[in-house]
Amino acid sequence: MNTILNLQEVSKIYQSGDHALTVLDKISFTVEAGSTMSIVGPSGSGKTTLLGLCAGLDRSTSGLVELHETRLDRLSEDQLASVRNKYVGFIFQNFQLMPTLTALENVMVPLELRGEKNIRPRALDLLDKVGLADRGHHYPTQLSGGEQQRVSLARAFSNKPQILFADEPTGNLDAETSEKVVKLLFDLNKEAGTTLIVVTHDLDLAAKTQRIIKLKGGKIISDTDTK
Amino acid sequence: MIPSDNSFNDNKEGLNFSWLLQMAWRDSRRNRSRLLLFVSSIVLGIAALVAIYSLGDSLRDNIDSQAATLLGADLQISGNRPVSGKAKQLIQSLGTERSEERSFASMILFPKNGGNRLAQVKALEGNFPFYGDLETVPASAGKTFRHGKQAVVDQTLMLQYEAKVGDSIKVGEVTFAIAGILLKAPGQTGITAAVAPSVYIPMAYLDQTGLMQKGSRITYRHYIRFKPKTDVEKLVKTIEPKLDAADLDSKTVQRQKEDTGRSFKDLTQFLALVGFIALLLGCIGVASAVHIYIREKLNSIAILRCLGVKGYQAFLIYLIQIAGIGLFGSVLGAALGSVIQQFLPFVVKDFLPFELTTTISWPAIGQGIGIGLVISILFAMPPLIGIRKISPLNVLRNTADAVKLERDPVTWLVYILILLFIFGFSFLQTKNWIQALSFTGGILGSFIVLTAMAMLLMWLVRRFFPASWSYLWRQGLANLFRPNNQTIILIVSIGLGTLFICTLFFTQTILLNRVKRSSSGNKPNIVLFDIQSSQKNDIMALAKQQGLPVNETVPIVNMRLESVNGRNGAQSKSDTSKEQSRRIFGREYRVTFRDSLTASEKLVQGKWTGTYADPAALIPISIEEGFAKRNHISLGDTLIFNVQGAMMQTVIGSMREVNWAEVQTNFLVVFPKGVLEDAPQFHVILTHVTSPQVSARFQQALVQRFPNVSIIDLALVLKVIDDLFDKIGFVIRFMAGFSILTGLVVLISSVLISKYQRLQESVLLRTLGASRKQIFVITALEYFFLGTMASLTGIILALGSSWALATYTFDTEFKPELLPVLVLFMLVSALTVFIGLINSRGILSKSPLEVLRQDV
Repeated sequence: MNTILNLQEVSKIYQSGDHALTVLDKISFTVEAGSTMSIVGPSGSGKTTLLGLCAGLDRSTSGLVELHETRLDRLSEDQLASVRNKYVGFIFQNFQLMPTLTALENVMVPLELRGEKNIRPRALDLLDKVGLADRGHHYPTQLSGGEQQRVSLARAFSNKPQILFADEPTGNLDAETSEKVVKLLFDLNKEAGTTLIVVTHDLDLAAKTQRIIKLKGGKIISDTDTK
Repeated sequence: MIPSDNSFNDNKEGLNFSWLLQMAWRDSRRNRSRLLLFVSSIVLGIAALVAIYSLGDSLRDNIDSQAATLLGADLQISGNRPVSGKAKQLIQSLGTERSEERSFASMILFPKNGGNRLAQVKALEGNFPFYGDLETVPASAGKTFRHGKQAVVDQTLMLQYEAKVGDSIKVGEVTFAIAGILLKAPGQTGITAAVAPSVYIPMAYLDQTGLMQKGSRITYRHYIRFKPKTDVEKLVKTIEPKLDAADLDSKTVQRQKEDTGRSFKDLTQFLALVGFIALLLGCIGVASAVHIYIREKLNSIAILRCLGVKGYQAFLIYLIQIAGIGLFGSVLGAALGSVIQQFLPFVVKDFLPFELTTTISWPAIGQGIGIGLVISILFAMPPLIGIRKISPLNVLRNTADAVKLERDPVTWLVYILILLFIFGFSFLQTKNWIQALSFTGGILGSFIVLTAMAMLLMWLVRRFFPASWSYLWRQGLANLFRPNNQTIILIVSIGLGTLFICTLFFTQTILLNRVKRSSSGNKPNIVLFDIQSSQKNDIMALAKQQGLPVNETVPIVNMRLESVNGRNGAQSKSDTSKEQSRRIFGREYRVTFRDSLTASEKLVQGKWTGTYADPAALIPISIEEGFAKRNHISLGDTLIFNVQGAMMQTVIGSMREVNWAEVQTNFLVVFPKGVLEDAPQFHVILTHVTSPQVSARFQQALVQRFPNVSIIDLALVLKVIDDLFDKIGFVIRFMAGFSILTGLVVLISSVLISKYQRLQESVLLRTLGASRKQIFVITALEYFFLGTMASLTGIILALGSSWALATYTFDTEFKPELLPVLVLFMLVSALTVFIGLINSRGILSKSPLEVLRQDV
């Protein structure tokens, strides 16, 4: 299998006056294309920071981050934006839908950014897959939390990403809704053959992925296969 | 596989403008009412500019179409001597119809009630005006008064002395029947009528008035009408040397048009600058609102960045929004300006020598929209620039990082562009880079001082925070410095408006006080002039009889300058290297002689000679230093004066600095004693009256017995200054009103915009049990502090600038009247609290749950 993500000796240090705070300390791992993986750990362990670095949202202080053999540290902010648009999908704990766009428009944005044509049927199809075909014209504030996360899922898969990052995708949902969203996430992922990296506190959710990396104090304390 | 690094510089998915437009439109959907609120701040400024520009265009059109009626003739030739010889023949050979007017200042008397004052008497012969009319009531009076012993009298005088058509008016020795009320004469404005109201009489009776005596200052005007299509400009060029030789001036319709156009250009340029200040204030409102708006948009921008939108694309989405609302606001402002323009003729009517009709000016509207668009984008740019740097990482963090604008060097570039725009705009108005620089510097200085005051206030409140005060007071005070406060924007905008109004008021007071002070104590407050030598003793006796002191009698001799250092007017004119103006030769000099300096004079150069003792030497005279400087003459220069045919060889022996502000007889040229005693002369007497009643009695007696003597009553001068200020002040107040209103609009929009931020806190407070009354008190206190601080800052600055004006420009003491200032202070403060409360009522009237359910 191909390696889609490669991290070598990656550190992230925040400087606050004279004080240096090491959030990630020499993290190394690789991820195979099409696999699923979760990153778990207590609050403040550096999970979200690690996700930000992997997805090209942030830059490491030292070390190497390669997304599909491309060194992200050599790309400008705008080049990183292109990478995200073409190859990366996101799901966030707070859904992060554009409040001024309808559900359908939110799903369409990544496709519009790629300059693709005839995107409306595709976006509607995705909304249909997440069970919200009839809610396309609603604004995020008119949807429940579960519905918002489903729109978020549709948006994440709309640009057919090679790798999908999910940051606490069920963190803001009740158990029943969480279950539905997780099922949807894994179904869609399987169908698209996307690499999935989930950051979560939820060990049940983590157990659904093929591999779990445990972080503590900015270091990997375990890296296990679940299957 | 992901392509190699550089392939991400692709253009394929680069700037898709239609998508950016679409996103800008979509993103604005739920914010349009707020966006409109931002832009409301610039609407008034644009309206003011468009109204002024349209007025300028209307004035130009009206001047073009009414030029002939401004002059009343095709050509006007004027001088201060009767024409004779060749000059007379020349004038009589010109045109198809001629008319003559002789005008001079003289006392007029209304016998019915004894009212008298100095007026401009115009004796008319012929059918002037050839174009337009002497507008009178009844309309026919402007023509018929010439056929009998009749006069038409300016409406200012008629109103002041409650005279009616059919009453009498005495001019010199002749009593005329008032045939009509003069409403308007060619070239006359409300201002000229207030300063020197006119009385027209037929020329046939001028001699009988007895006012045409030697020494009288009379302007002789000849009005000439030519056949249609005559090239008068060309003709004037050919006869100009002859007119120059006879010390005559000419004015054609074209020149009158240019003169009138120039003076109105000055007026509209000044008003445009005042309007521009309102626009700048509004722009600060826009900048502040956009700053808050973008802060609220941080998360949306970060989401877009996550999804692959590039920094500059995100920047463009919001730039398009701001440009859109800027355009919308400018169009709205331009429409409002076109409506306001219809009222401007009423505002400036006293300055206009013609009836002004207004039309919609598309160039003015285009200009206003262009300026509005550019300036709203420029001022919104500093917060917008920060968008480029917003990290997608903000999506992962709930605490959105504040955009640190000051660290972006591009922001400084924008500030420089803003200053350049202000400078460029003011330069276009004034066409004078020093004035443009002063205006830009003045604006920048005022903004800096007001901003510094606001920051100082915030620092002081924070530093000396009254921790022991009750919660409501502490909360109200804390709102002044906590994040998202409106302290700076409100203190700058309301403070600047207050500063305008207050400085205007103080300047008026300073000028009036200065005139009043000059007549306080026993200083003279009545000036009698044009007194013949034979009348001098009788007038002094009359004053004595009425118990009035004679403070000063001054002899005056009229003379002309023949040559300077041996060069006469003609030689001087042909020598282009010499900067001496022809005026130095053309004018008549009123000269006195005495052996000492007066209290208002100071010797600055040379030696003062009191008495001329050596007939072999040149006569040592003294010249006022400003006059010498203007005409490039200096100590030791020789001047030959012609005194009624006798040549006086003089040398400049000394230079004097003269304080023209004192009620004194001040002179450009002073001769020593021992030269002019026997020359034909007239006299000026200065006296002091203690009350208006004494003044009226004395003036009546004087006008009855000595009708040729003119009186300047300081009370009248005060009244004229007051009238002038009323007229000028009205225009300035009208324009300053735009700034005040803009300040209020900025206040309203600031309150509404910050309302969204305050809402959560107020809801929290109410959830925790705060009553509506308590929230009301906190809000009222916050706006009370803001209103009082803003108006107080404006007033303090106005006091400072007025003190500087009084001390350095008007050289007088500055004693501000406090009551009106107190009223202004209370009014502005109360208005701020009122608007603050009105706009915050949404927070108070809704239940916490209702608000929590909304998308805050």
